[in-house]
Amino acid sequence: MLDLHAVTAGYDRRAPVFRDASLTLAPGESVGLLGPSGCGKSTLARVAALLHRPDSGRLTLDGEEVRGWRHRAPRRLRTAVGVVFQQPRLSADPRLTLHDLIAEPLRATGRRTEAPDRVAELAAAVGLTGDLLTRRPHEVSDGQLQRACLARALVLRPRWLVCDEMTAMLDASTTAALVAAVEEYRTAHGAGLLAVGHDRVLLERWCDRTLEWTDCAKPAA
Amino acid sequence: MTPATTVPPSATPVLSVRDLSVRFRMRGGRHIAAVTGASFDLAAGQCLALVGESGCGKSVLASALLGLLPGNAQTAGTALLHGEAAADDAVDLLTASERTLARTVRGRRIGLVPQSPAAHLTPVRTVRGQLAETLRELNRTPRSALPAAVRAAADRAAFPAELLDRYPHELSGGLAQRAATALALVGGAPLLLADEPTTGLDRDLVDRTADELRRHADDGRALLMITHDLAAAQRIADRVAVMYAGRIVELTDAAGFFGTPGPRHPYARGLLAALPERDFRPIPGLPPELGDLPGGCAFAPRCPRATDRCASAPVLADGVACHHAEEPVRA
Repeated sequence: MLDLHAVTAGYDRRAPVFRDASLTLAPGESVGLLGPSGCGKSTLARVAALLHRPDSGRLTLDGEEVRGWRHRAPRRLRTAVGVVFQQPRLSADPRLTLHDLIAEPLRATGRRTEAPDRVAELAAAVGLTGDLLTRRPHEVSDGQLQRACLARALVLRPRWLVCDEMTAMLDASTTAALVAAVEEYRTAHGAGLLAVGHDRVLLERWCDRTLEWTDCAKPAA
Repeated sequence: MTPATTVPPSATPVLSVRDLSVRFRMRGGRHIAAVTGASFDLAAGQCLALVGESGCGKSVLASALLGLLPGNAQTAGTALLHGEAAADDAVDLLTASERTLARTVRGRRIGLVPQSPAAHLTPVRTVRGQLAETLRELNRTPRSALPAAVRAAADRAAFPAELLDRYPHELSGGLAQRAATALALVGGAPLLLADEPTTGLDRDLVDRTADELRRHADDGRALLMITHDLAAAQRIADRVAVMYAGRIVELTDAAGFFGTPGPRHPYARGLLAALPERDFRPIPGLPPELGDLPGGCAFAPRCPRATDRCASAPVLADGVACHHAEEPVRA
């Protein structure tokens, strides 16, 4: 269970971006959250991914209430959630090759020895081939880099995936390929998915159910 | 049915591109073939959507038309920009001097609606300041007439007059897009070039931005929209050019392309089928590297219909460049 209860969050305590957002995902369930730009859905996605401490409210992951955020979150919770952001250029270290980018979570959790096998397996799953893995982000296209960012999110086998506008920058074919890779992973590992976006057609096709932003949160007063 | 590469006789093309190629010279004598043999016409009042995956050469083509390619680029072919009257001399955008492009073409004969307006606008000046400067520069608007001209220019792109004193960072994505469009329209350019005008906008804003661009085409401008957003293209385009690995592989009427009979090139069919409202199935594989293109058809390695014939590159004939294209429907 991923349970957000009455979450109020923002970047200034006096002026939160949204109030009282509640959302529950069953294990293995995929939920699409639809909202216009600027409504705060990305902030909610950051809370769900343990990357942003809410002003108030609770996040419970598989029965355990989250009390620390970002680096203060215990590793077993942090690694239970994989996250993919909208802009691959801003979420990839330009100094790393795609291979090292995908392996980074393994390195950070002291599991470096698993890297060769795991990276090869995931590269195939997201459709990255050949010498692409030896290149750095400036040498690949947005679509190829986003494929690597998805592989990075899956490398620790998370039970939950948060995709924040994962395909907004991409063409139709790359979008379909990335969604197929996510669904293949979810089928194999039973992971739950929170997909945040504004493309109704895409989210309704992709997810078990979709929610309107206005139905799960109140705008800031 | 008229061949897709010609325009109706009533309309003289504003832009005629013939065999446009762009090569980048790289270190070690390597070359990157970003655009190869692109040809199309674009008439006033018409919208041509150039669609394709990222990295297929769309934006390089736009830069070539504006003379904004980097120094290591080599161009071939012609891109004639015709004047309003038949007597006006056509300018070849590929060979014109920087002086000609800067003083008579950019802003005056081609308006650019940029990909990311937030990066295109000057961050330290208000929208009013930027519109006023552009009006003075392009139209020599006298100081006394500036306030009214600024409001009129903002109004043309539906930019709210009460927000004119805002700085770019105080604008939402949609409003910044309108401010950039207002700047592109100031010079009254007969050709509008929109490079990914809807990237990063949500669906409602995409529709609104696309509709506004369409309105400017209906006002008698020619509109070249470069996009990977097929929904936006479907919404406003009269014709569609599909680009793959630097080549235009299909050039056809938008209605037939998005409706029946549908696209004829296997790549275009795959691209449309990948849409979530259709099959939602990706084209297998990745686009080829532009520095290392296969000898024959560049799509053959990913193509379900590929045969030995695909070892020779197909030419664009009757609107499609493929040895195994869907048969055209003969009425």
